Amino acid sequence: MYKIVTKRELVPRTNLFEFSAKEIAAKTKPGQFVILRVNEYGERVPLTIAGANVEKGTITVVCHEVGKSTKQLGSLEEGDYIPDLLGPLGKPAEIEEFGTVLCVGGGVMVAPLHFQVKGFHEAGNRVIGVVGARTESHLIFEDEMREVCDELYVATDDGTKGYKGLDFLKDLLKEKKINRVIVMGPIVTMKTVSELTRPHGIPTIVNLIPIMVDGMGMCGACRVTVGGKTMFACVDGPDFDGHQVDFEELMARLKMYTSQEKLAFVFHEEGGRSL
Amino acid sequence: MSKPKPKIKKEVVPVPKQDPKERTHNFNEVALGYAEEQAVAEAERCLQCAYPSPCIKGCPVEVDITAFIKLIRERKFDEAIRKVKEKNSLPAICGRVCPQEVQCQANCVMGKIGDPVSIGRLERFVADWERERGYETPQTPAAIGKRVAVMGAGPAGLTAAADLAKLGYEVVVFEALHKPGGVLIYGIPEFRLPKKIVESEAEYIEKLGVEIKVNAMIGKLYTIEELLEQFDAVFIGTGAGLPRFMRIPGENLCGIYSANEFLIRVNLMKAYSFPRADTPVFVGEKVAVIGGGNTAMDSTRCALRLGAKEVKIVYRRSREEMPTRAEEVENAEEEGIILEFLTNPTRFLGNERGWVKAMECIRMRLGEPDASGRRRPIPIEGSEFTTDVDTVIMAIGRTPNPIIQQTTEGLEVTKWGTIVVDENGKTSIEGVYAGGDIVTGQATVISAMGAGKKAAKAIHQYLMKKHTK
Repeated sequence: MYKIVTKRELVPRTNLFEFSAKEIAAKTKPGQFVILRVNEYGERVPLTIAGANVEKGTITVVCHEVGKSTKQLGSLEEGDYIPDLLGPLGKPAEIEEFGTVLCVGGGVMVAPLHFQVKGFHEAGNRVIGVVGARTESHLIFEDEMREVCDELYVATDDGTKGYKGLDFLKDLLKEKKINRVIVMGPIVTMKTVSELTRPHGIPTIVNLIPIMVDGMGMCGACRVTVGGKTMFACVDGPDFDGHQVDFEELMARLKMYTSQEKLAFVFHEEGGRSL
Repeated sequence: MSKPKPKIKKEVVPVPKQDPKERTHNFNEVALGYAEEQAVAEAERCLQCAYPSPCIKGCPVEVDITAFIKLIRERKFDEAIRKVKEKNSLPAICGRVCPQEVQCQANCVMGKIGDPVSIGRLERFVADWERERGYETPQTPAAIGKRVAVMGAGPAGLTAAADLAKLGYEVVVFEALHKPGGVLIYGIPEFRLPKKIVESEAEYIEKLGVEIKVNAMIGKLYTIEELLEQFDAVFIGTGAGLPRFMRIPGENLCGIYSANEFLIRVNLMKAYSFPRADTPVFVGEKVAVIGGGNTAMDSTRCALRLGAKEVKIVYRRSREEMPTRAEEVENAEEEGIILEFLTNPTRFLGNERGWVKAMECIRMRLGEPDASGRRRPIPIEGSEFTTDVDTVIMAIGRTPNPIIQQTTEGLEVTKWGTIVVDENGKTSIEGVYAGGDIVTGQATVISAMGAGKKAAKAIHQYLMKKHTK
């Protein structure tokens, strides 16, 4: 059993959780993820780790409520327990001194991106950060990012704060010498940024969390085509070369259970009982 | 005047089964098991050959088969199960999933004049008899004061753990999934091996004093090197859990599963109860399962129970080469599974939403025997044809889990990713042993148990020797 030691609502329906997990915390590196289950009949939910505190023995994740399982997680409070927490899974992000690193984050993924940015900052890189969200009220971790970035830009899809969309990156990429780009966020964001950096030939790393079950290479649900080859995001990734990823296939595969997810949500909302 | 010897029945006592028409709509167990009278009648057929009887030689864990069958005849069921458990800590499982027809029963002398004695069903009978009455609390020996770490709570790991605990070792089993059992819990379906049986056999092993830690992935959470600081020896039984794909076009379309994913969703995550269990699985109308082994058979029968209209096995060799437990092919055919032999997919075709809609296959013929001793399938040029499918399950084999090999310096590994061991299961690192599918590649539950047993013995010898040094 793993205890929730902190729960903090960042914006409506998006919570930060700190779980007591001493052994996982000791081994966690930026870029890795955990798989958790909210209850005995729960799904195995993959979430990218947004921080680890070795002294406290805790790991942090940020979760946005989209379906049944994430909503159930959101309903838990400090002091509650979850039965299962597995990790750290996946390969850690490659963090070394690259020079100038542009780190683009969208939605809840800004939180785990912040964990990486701290690493890049400590490794002596100049970090240009971008925090993005659908709209101003969905922006998270702006202050935290500002602390570890040398420059920070804000962008929203609707332009309610900062730049409208990511088009401004076109000029930024022309004006500045950037050695590496990290993108963590919705598939569209990762695809868009990869397309923007492609003409400049800047190595662009995307962090992929497709549908997963075990998260340790056993099921192959998370297979993605990268450079024409099939990879398992859970063990070969989650970081991949954004210029090589087949985003269309990834998007189709992410929609595989859309109708079942809706059904599960409605069933749960109407008070349907678990086994 | 001596009593006339009763005539031994040549035919096996049949086991009651769920009717195929009914069972294809539920996940309840297919074979219902012997009642007491049936078990005793079947036990009467045993010729009680002299020790070690041919059947015992066919058992990878050397259960004293003649002795436990004799005890069933005498209706001493409690003593019978104790006899089985001297060698086998998972009898309710083995009685259900062992390929007895190529092991103990293949050697049964009765088989020369009639049906061999149904050793598997008798083993299952005594194991179930005990479970229904509550396990006897096993005698725990005095602690030796030495600790052994076991990686993987599958058949190899659980067996090694049980044997070591019975010798007085403190054993901790590290399991990466959220439940112990390995393939027994994630792979083999409920209707062939009810999960409550796996759970109670794992509980029995915990009663022996073994600690099972779930959600603990070795290589990620701790390395073998770190474990050797806390434990006197390590056993690796992490199995062959990685799915194989054909690497043909269209294989990543939606609706195409590895058998592992499909079975993990159905068995471990209980997708057959969705939405009462949270994890979904998709099964369309026309399902093709690629492969001819037990996993393929399990996948077809799950798909059928989940509502598929037509379920087909597509196998590149012929019936004779199928590496399947005979009873399962028989069960599958009774349930209406279509077997399409000498056929192999060449590519998958998708619709505009990225879902599989059809599969192109090629016909095969059999050539000379290959390394496996089976005749090699050869494609017949120009024989391609297309068939509609909306769900495909790839059951073409599994490869070893690589995480421990990748994170353990100095551990010798073959080019297939299996761990190199000597005849006792000892690896290239002192104090580290391995067994089961991680050493042999994909094999059977019982052979993994045999390897776990052998390694436990070797670990005991190693630690005793080290102790006296």
